[in-house]
Amino acid sequence: MEKTIHITLKIWRQKGPQAKGAFETYQLNDISIDSSFLEMLDILNERLISEKKEPIVFDHDCREGICGMCSLYINGHPHGPDEDVTTCQLHMRKFKDGETIIVEPWRSRGFPVIKDLMVDRSAFDKIIQAGGFISVTTGGVPDANAIPISKEKADEAMDAASCIGCGACVAACKNGSAMLFVAAKVSQLALLPQGKMEASSRAKAMVAKMDELGFGNCTNTGACESECPKNVSISHIARLNREFLKAKFKD
Amino acid sequence: MKLFIINSSIGRKLIMSLSGLFLFLFLTLHCFLNLFLLGGPSAYTAVNDIMELPVVTIMVPILAAGFVIHILYALWLYWQNYRARGEVGYASGKKSETTSWAARNMVILGLIVLLFIVLHLTQFWAKMQLQSFLGGANQVHADQSYDLVANQFRNPIVSILYIIWYWVLWFHLTHGFWSAFQTIGIDNKKWQPRLQIIGIIYATILAVCFTSINLYFLFGFGA
Repeated sequence: MEKTIHITLKIWRQKGPQAKGAFETYQLNDISIDSSFLEMLDILNERLISEKKEPIVFDHDCREGICGMCSLYINGHPHGPDEDVTTCQLHMRKFKDGETIIVEPWRSRGFPVIKDLMVDRSAFDKIIQAGGFISVTTGGVPDANAIPISKEKADEAMDAASCIGCGACVAACKNGSAMLFVAAKVSQLALLPQGKMEASSRAKAMVAKMDELGFGNCTNTGACESECPKNVSISHIARLNREFLKAKFKD
Repeated sequence: MKLFIINSSIGRKLIMSLSGLFLFLFLTLHCFLNLFLLGGPSAYTAVNDIMELPVVTIMVPILAAGFVIHILYALWLYWQNYRARGEVGYASGKKSETTSWAARNMVILGLIVLLFIVLHLTQFWAKMQLQSFLGGANQVHADQSYDLVANQFRNPIVSILYIIWYWVLWFHLTHGFWSAFQTIGIDNKKWQPRLQIIGIIYATILAVCFTSINLYFLFGFGA
């Protein structure tokens, strides 16, 4: 037999970027604990549409935890109370019957609200455009074993590359800092031979863009790491600091 | 490019880190010299003779600069971070697990420490070294300094305030120590927990040493 719960939702509604927002309360009954958080919001939106009300705007895409589109700050945590998952993989079994769930958009100067729970995360794209790539021409496909890379380096780079750019780190940070994101993107390339060529210019360009876009300064609080759905470690931030300072002292 | 210590976030934090480590060194030296108080008036007077050497006098403005830079950069970074947070806060609060409680409260801990530094300077430094800079007419010299400290620390209110101060400082130092290394980039998965533990041990040694001096006088020793 399927178990269901009754919940009260307090959801942030905001008509547009300049509009003043406020919380609205919704009562939802008989929500299956097997449904995901986003499916629960779909049910609510279906109801709102049938009542001829405007549905709640929220970001989502793949719904399997890899695209980084879903966001939502739920009950004090980005991506909700579950560990190491994105909101789309958060299930209603994580909530108690009769619980009040507060749903807010990411809050940071770098991520202005577009509407309701949707925020503008294009700042991350701008940081990537500033240097998060490799521009060396590699020619034909080289033999996989021609460039030896140690297991530790490969693992570390892969861990950094698991960042999906969802912005939970910024949302969790008391300083609105994007350091974990930038660190992951700098790390994944700095660790590998293909990315080493541009390591200095990349670190400088990406940090400069991050600062320009109004993200805060990292104070090593570590909230980002604990909320990251992909478990990206703050040791990458140390590597970013190292790469950046090395590049600056070389100048 | 040379102005990255002003223009870039990591550069500004490098200054916080280096000035913080410099203040760590000062605190260590201060603590070590103060332990001579436990050796009685003659031991302490000998140490204070060192304090009147020219090399110490040269270090005074450098030390003061270390404090001023650390504090001004902290306030500057705090202001920027305050703005970066955005105008609207979270109604459901911030429940994320962090490296420590101190990590979330460095600015307020720092301000409390600063307040006590002002008190501390008026109680001792203003009567000793400052007077020598002003000509030395009212200076409490090395041979009287033990009595000055003893008299202040025998006052229970003063001593208890000082002990509270040391442990506020303890919180500040536990985060500050490993955080400084993280910022310089001398940190990785293996060393992060090690540096965090070294930081806690280091801060505890300093706080325990300082506290023991106050307790020594508070309980009537060294009379």
